[in-house]
Amino acid sequence: MAEHAAVIGVGQTDFDAKREDVSQVGLIREAAERALADAELDWADIDAVVVGKAPDMFEGVMMPELFLAEALGGVGKPMLRVHTAGSVGGSTAIVAASLVQSGVHERVLTVAYEKQSESNAMWALSIKMPFTPIMVAGAGGFFAPLIRGYMERSGAPEDTGIRVALKDRLNALKNPLAHLKLPDVNFEMIQNSPMLWDPVRYLETCPSSDGACALVIGNEKHARAASAPPAWIHATNMKTEPTMFAGRDQVMPKAGLECAAGLYKKAGIQDPRKEIDCAEIYVPFSWFEPMWMENLHFAPINEGWKMTYEGATALDGDLPVNMSGGVLSTNAIGASGMVRFAEAAMQVRGQAGEHQIDGAKKALGHAYGGGSQYFSMWIVADQPLQ
Amino acid sequence: MSEENEPITRIITPVHVEYTYTPGVASERFLRGVREGKLLGGACDACGRVYVPSRGACPRCAAPTSEFRELSDKGTVITFCVVRVPAENIDVELPYCTASILLDGADISFTGLIQGCPFEEVRIGMRVQAVWKPEAEWDFSIGNIQHFEPNSEADVPFEDIKEYS
Amino acid sequence: MRDVAVIAYAQTPNVRTERTRNEVEMLMPIIDEVVQKSGVPRQEIGFTCSGSSDYIAGQCFSFVMAVDAVGAWPPIMESHVEMDGAWALYEAWIKIQCGEVDSALVFSFGRSSMGETAETLTLQTDPYTMAPLGPDAISMAALQARSGLDAGVFSERDMAEVAARSRRDALSNPEAQLAGEFDPEALLKSPYLVSPLRAHDCPPISDGAAAMVIAADDTARNACDKPVWIRGIDHRLETHQLGSRDLARSPSTALAGEKAGVGQGKVDIAELHAPFSHQELILKQALGLDDDVRINPSGGALAANPIMSAGLARIGEASRQIAGGAAQRAVAHATSGPCLQQNLVCVLEG
Repeated sequence: MAEHAAVIGVGQTDFDAKREDVSQVGLIREAAERALADAELDWADIDAVVVGKAPDMFEGVMMPELFLAEALGGVGKPMLRVHTAGSVGGSTAIVAASLVQSGVHERVLTVAYEKQSESNAMWALSIKMPFTPIMVAGAGGFFAPLIRGYMERSGAPEDTGIRVALKDRLNALKNPLAHLKLPDVNFEMIQNSPMLWDPVRYLETCPSSDGACALVIGNEKHARAASAPPAWIHATNMKTEPTMFAGRDQVMPKAGLECAAGLYKKAGIQDPRKEIDCAEIYVPFSWFEPMWMENLHFAPINEGWKMTYEGATALDGDLPVNMSGGVLSTNAIGASGMVRFAEAAMQVRGQAGEHQIDGAKKALGHAYGGGSQYFSMWIVADQPLQ
Repeated sequence: MSEENEPITRIITPVHVEYTYTPGVASERFLRGVREGKLLGGACDACGRVYVPSRGACPRCAAPTSEFRELSDKGTVITFCVVRVPAENIDVELPYCTASILLDGADISFTGLIQGCPFEEVRIGMRVQAVWKPEAEWDFSIGNIQHFEPNSEADVPFEDIKEYS
Repeated sequence: MRDVAVIAYAQTPNVRTERTRNEVEMLMPIIDEVVQKSGVPRQEIGFTCSGSSDYIAGQCFSFVMAVDAVGAWPPIMESHVEMDGAWALYEAWIKIQCGEVDSALVFSFGRSSMGETAETLTLQTDPYTMAPLGPDAISMAALQARSGLDAGVFSERDMAEVAARSRRDALSNPEAQLAGEFDPEALLKSPYLVSPLRAHDCPPISDGAAAMVIAADDTARNACDKPVWIRGIDHRLETHQLGSRDLARSPSTALAGEKAGVGQGKVDIAELHAPFSHQELILKQALGLDDDVRINPSGGALAANPIMSAGLARIGEASRQIAGGAAQRAVAHATSGPCLQQNLVCVLEG
């Protein structure tokens, strides 16, 4: 990289099913203002803005960054709008980081959001096309068969998904911003919740949220000058493979395996399980935790479920995963990837409050999208990469 | 608080946009086939793998799929899920079972409904056969296949189909 | 900064309606063509970035299927902007500046024929205060033209001359859609479409796609006899509220032009993304282009306007002029949003 870059400000909105108290403008502004306040910067200090969100049809506005530009202080500045399916929040942060790493800009604001309550995502995902009746019922209908494929391959105990959901839902109780909080959640409550897309139960899936996440990314000069500790970006990576092709392993996609391997190489990490202190990853259906533990090379193939079973991914485990409560607790689709990246940054900055992992020095942020085909990841740490 | 002081939290702006879709050269061949009750797969010019329906390209080679081959309407369940939640634009009665089905002669699975047996009996590796609508109702639509149902053939071992899952 | 060059460009012929091929079938041949022409083996291209819009394509995640045309196997490092392909080029240029990769494939596609483009673009406006009023793209452009006419920045005659020149130049561009000899006097006698715009002031509805390979330093020099160097690239944005802007001027273009270094040398040709005739006149002024600069030798967006791809096409067409020896230094421009809200300027040299 031409320049070191670091997260010097993090801001998230409160997440809820319907944020009727704000417009889209108010929502992104809430996240951006919190990030700027955290960075102790003003709008004028920002050189460029990068916006990310999932499909425009989720809110019914084409290229909404154009009307949001003014509220993000974008007038007279360069502004980019990223869209890489569900991984977009992560990719957006990576594009923002690259604007700094390239040496082109010194301080960049990036915001990712979704305000699903203003339209209907299930509708947008099931637009009736001629010639083809729709049979896949939204994201759950797409991913449930992959989960069944994983269960068949790995022989994982059937309650693995329930255990993941319980852990994440308990973590969410420690996160004041989380959307879905179930104070009396327990194993039976999840087990007895209705099957939606068999084998996926209601409480093993994510909610639909309104919310936004913002980051301020600065170069080395600004990171060193900041009063709060920066989260140094050690490495970023993105990988894509096509949705459907003959011989594609949809359960354990190569794009994810290679993205993680490339990321660790760039960050100088040889043993990810040992060297990474905690990971915030994109788990919209609980079973994806064990699947991604394998995909991220934390566990051997078909053994990711053992990490959940042994408590390795709990807050007091050897590799805490989804300390924030994860996507299972909060899912403003376009923002979800960036929330993962933000949580990784908050951990190494010591900012995570009740869900802080003591002494976290190196953390992974991960997002994926499309039909498990778009991956974006970063490693952040409390010190710059040597 | 009087009505005029109530916060406005929502306005509704109906949006209507119409689109004309072009299926493309390969999909058109497939749809013409299905109109005649035939399932046509497209073979990749580079690697020979057979796609059904083909969208015109083998995504792993970025090569056209020029040659068309008629495939069997029998196949193997690669994976499945039982849907118990309603979704927009889906007219099937709940609950229902959708499956990824690998048609004989194809190298990629295909989504279909499974009927004709209790859901508990649906399993990975199960052999199924297409049940077509009456010929008079055939259109340029994969909806000509009403659903798939089990046939009496022996299951395919998971190891043999794993690479398609 | 690393030296980055356009080393290959290709586009589909622009047509009113692509009736037979889908997006993947449109893209596959031109992506194949640029990769072949670039001389960089497909597997060695470090990054891929595309630009497109779901609202133009009429479905969510429309860019996902376009990946089928790229050969993303083994998996590739890839990104997408919900913007014109010119901004995909910008993201790719940044990636190369990071030193992470040495080359990139950039592409974009748009099929305006699928929907009712002018009405679809209404959905680009503020959903709370503007979209409910239903301003379509042509009406908004007409407001801008009126503003420029009243301010005396240009005349209807100037606008007709831009249209006549664009369509005459398009006669020598086999990939253009609208071409022909027109007399500006005769054009001015035609009725208004949306006053003060006449049909000739407006772009055609076009289906098209474009693809480009860029590379840095020696990768470009080794792969290509005539790399076309990107000497500056910048983009800027204005407020969305039409009422808050002086529509007869384009300060964001002026600023982007300054940052990209337009004024640092003699400009031989300019490819300006001006879907409406008067916009070329506004852009010419904002960029400070002299009267001897040849504008839009390709025919420009008045000859073919595949939305989401027409901006990248300007950069591609300008690079062709340099690679072909017709120019030494060129300015290319792309726009996005109502009435030139966002503008990108790229300076190219042989």
